[in-house]
Amino acid sequence: MTAIKSQVDMPRQEPNERIKNFDEVAIGYNAEMALEEASRCLNCPKPQCVKGCPVEVPIPEFIKLIKEGNYISAAKKIKEKNSLPAVCGRVCPQEDQCQKNCVLGIRGDPIAIGRLERFASDWERKYSKIEKQEIQFKGGRVAVIGSGPAGLTVAADLAKLGHKVTIFESLHAAGGVLMYGIPEFRLPKEIVQYEVEYVNSLGVEIKLDSTIGRLATIQELFDDGYDAIFIGSGAGLPNFLIIPGENLKGVYSANEFLIRTNLMKAYKFPEYDTPIRVGKRVGVIGAGNVAMDSARCALRLGAEQSNIIYRRGRDEMPARIEEVENAEEEGIHFEFLTNPIRFIGNSRGFLEKVECIHMKLSEPDSSGRRRPEPIPGSEFTIELDTAIIAIGQSPNPIIQQTTQGLETTRHGTIIVNEDSMETKIPGVFAGGDVVSGAATVISAMGAGKLAAKSMHQYILSKKGILQ
Amino acid sequence: MYEIVHKEALSPNIKLIEVKAPAVAKKTKPGQFVIIRIHEKGERFPITISNSNKDEGTIQLIFAEVGKSSILLGKLNEGESILNLAGPLGNATDTKDYGNILCVGGGVMVGALLFQMKVLKGSGNNITTIIGARSKDRLILIDEARKYSDDFYVATDDGSEGRQGIEFLKEILQQKRFDHVFTMGPTSMQKIVSEYTKSYNIPTTVNLFPIMVDGTGMCGACRVTVGNTTRFACVHGPDFDGHQVDFDELISRMRFYNPNEKIAMVLYEGV
Ligand SMILES: Cc1cc2nc3c(=O)[nH]c(=O)nc-3n(C[C@H](O)[C@H](O)[C@H](O)COP(=O)(O)OP(=O)(O)OC[C@H]3O[C@@H](n4cnc5c(N)ncnc54)[C@H](O)[C@@H]3O)c2cc1C
Ligand SMILES: Cc1cc2nc3c(=O)[nH]c(=O)nc-3n(C[C@H](O)[C@H](O)[C@H](O)COP(=O)(O)OP(=O)(O)OC[C@H]3O[C@@H](n4cnc5c(N)ncnc54)[C@H](O)[C@@H]3O)c2cc1C
Ligand code: SF4
Ligand code: SF4
Ligand code: FES
Repeated sequence: MTAIKSQVDMPRQEPNERIKNFDEVAIGYNAEMALEEASRCLNCPKPQCVKGCPVEVPIPEFIKLIKEGNYISAAKKIKEKNSLPAVCGRVCPQEDQCQKNCVLGIRGDPIAIGRLERFASDWERKYSKIEKQEIQFKGGRVAVIGSGPAGLTVAADLAKLGHKVTIFESLHAAGGVLMYGIPEFRLPKEIVQYEVEYVNSLGVEIKLDSTIGRLATIQELFDDGYDAIFIGSGAGLPNFLIIPGENLKGVYSANEFLIRTNLMKAYKFPEYDTPIRVGKRVGVIGAGNVAMDSARCALRLGAEQSNIIYRRGRDEMPARIEEVENAEEEGIHFEFLTNPIRFIGNSRGFLEKVECIHMKLSEPDSSGRRRPEPIPGSEFTIELDTAIIAIGQSPNPIIQQTTQGLETTRHGTIIVNEDSMETKIPGVFAGGDVVSGAATVISAMGAGKLAAKSMHQYILSKKGILQ
Repeated sequence: MYEIVHKEALSPNIKLIEVKAPAVAKKTKPGQFVIIRIHEKGERFPITISNSNKDEGTIQLIFAEVGKSSILLGKLNEGESILNLAGPLGNATDTKDYGNILCVGGGVMVGALLFQMKVLKGSGNNITTIIGARSKDRLILIDEARKYSDDFYVATDDGSEGRQGIEFLKEILQQKRFDHVFTMGPTSMQKIVSEYTKSYNIPTTVNLFPIMVDGTGMCGACRVTVGNTTRFACVHGPDFDGHQVDFDELISRMRFYNPNEKIAMVLYEGV
């Protein structure tokens, strides 16, 4: 029996270099590497990998096109199902999705599906132009609220089906978390804008600076003649610890820190007007993707020491393994089983230190999760001049506050029928983080795909085209 | 792009502009604000809307030129455009009929207060007004404010016009029984007004302007402590009960970026 060849490595910037810049850390496959990796794929007739992809990317088909050297066709093949391949190839938690199911993974390395997806779409971006697509308008008018991965997916899918779609985005740039949250060194903003432009080329209109709930309510959108509405407003409301000293100067929510850095490009201050202040010693509370991104941004913004402070242990960290490894390589320091209990400031209201307590993990509870418990008397302090709170986000509140009849959970997430993504208001659908709570790009896109299907049916039956 | 259709100077460093933004104009109510960005590398910053004209599709903004962004805004002429403008953001002021109300406005925010007053007058309120500024040349919109007032006072910090300082507010609070007080102006002024009215137990609505980035509840930069809980001024405010606000914390937080803003200004003026 022949041994399975191992996965082709992806080149990356060296850690001591990359902490001085915001350029992309992972450099990506060249054609030679892509061919070699693609050649490992067995082109399974009943591909297990596809089952792990919420948007059903035709994985064996596109890999076959790469093997044949048809890189642009490979990218087009992916785009039949996934409108944001260059994004997904970079930020999908592939190890838990498509790659987890790849048969090669049983006895060796699974195919690097994400890296190949990234390669094909990067190639297409470099060597072909976006052409305005001529799609015949034969459906209804759709309003999509929010231009994150969920909203973009709904818009692209419905446009392809012949509906006239308008996206309303409250910020001055489209892309949602892809623009304001995930840092440039993981996902260059130019690439996000290219994918947005592709959605645009399908005939989707994008209205920026438009906060629905304030500028117009859901009801007013119906009054304006929209047939169906999708809410993809995300989970952007930062949670705080609710401990003393949290409003001291120097304590940021991760969202503020990342919006300033990424969307507003504060790392280029004063060329860009938005300021950011990062001290010498930074502490990031939390250990998810958002925390890793914050800690790594802080380092690039000049922090001498950037720490992750987390109340559970290493094995419980929710961040992607690859990003934890990247963070460690860059010299991020981890304080596990440590929970902040108060921030302490100086007489001028600036953060100086944080008092923490050591934690231990209890026996697994009925859900299998080991709860952290404080160890009495183990209090100690860590000196910090900047703290970044990255303990999760709740749904953006404005639409829920301003829409009558929309049912929500006590966490503020919108309740939908999970088979159709329709809310309690007929014709209003929702998906992505605003329904699931903070999750992943690909799950938001999967929800968008499902919503687009049922919105299409809804509009057709409303218009009497389908009974 | 949002075109500036009218521009005038109200004082040496205070400008009034009218901006074409029909959808915003249609929805605007007093107390709300817009967030604007002037150029591709610009920052997002809020300005309170001081009037809206639904027929013309315009909103009015009055701003002080205090740093790089506001000076750049002041340099834009009629016919030129603002790159981004999102609004109306924040909750509108509750402009019901309270009975006897006192409106205290200071500095650049007098325009926004006037917008509140017009609607409050329409609801049937009897309005006593105090308009203040640092000195005579910084007083704006006095004649208009007088028009909507049943009683009217002017005050300056240096006494160059009207009464001197804010102390005399106590006299007024003693002379007349007010059902509600509204104040818009420098945070330090709103703090003092709230302290005075608290001792007379008169409900007081303040309009806060902490540092903001997105204006939609996503960054938490605008958090203020109100009645011992953290509130976001952009989604829970910007109007709050002045007797519950931790003003000292707010004032401290508003200064966080001063060193950076100075750098931006020095470099900008250097060009
Ligand atoms: C720092 C960070 C790193 C992450 N890293 C990863 C990762 O590596 N891999 C991964 O898979 N996932 C990651 N995630 C999670 C992922 O980004 C989200 O799950 C995903 O973006 C959710 O998509 P969405 O479309 O539901 O919402 P969002 O991307 O949040 O988009 C919502 C959009 O709606 C707009 N909006 C909100 N309210 C209104 C309104 N009233 N009117 C108009 N517009 C409105 C917002 O401005 C925003 O643009 C990360 C998240 C963060 C914050
Ligand atoms: C909800 C809200 C409504 C506002 N409405 C108005 C308005 O109607 N008219 C107006 O002129 N300004 C208003 N402001 C303030 C305005 O946003 C700031 O003046 C502006 O951001 C200054 O930017 P800059 O680059 O010109 O000055 P910067 O260089 O940022 O600051 C220069 C100086 O102004 C002070 N400053 C900065 N931001 C603020 C602030 N938020 N409040 C008070 N002082 C500040 C700084 O401490 C510094 O001393 C409002 C702010 C908010 C949050
Ligand atoms: S979109 Fe994500 S989950 Fe689907 S195939 Fe691509 S990398 Fe895998
Ligand atoms: S399961 Fe693995 S080997 Fe089979 S088609 Fe999918 S990627 Fe290729
Ligand atoms: S301005 Fe960002 S939350 Fe209020």
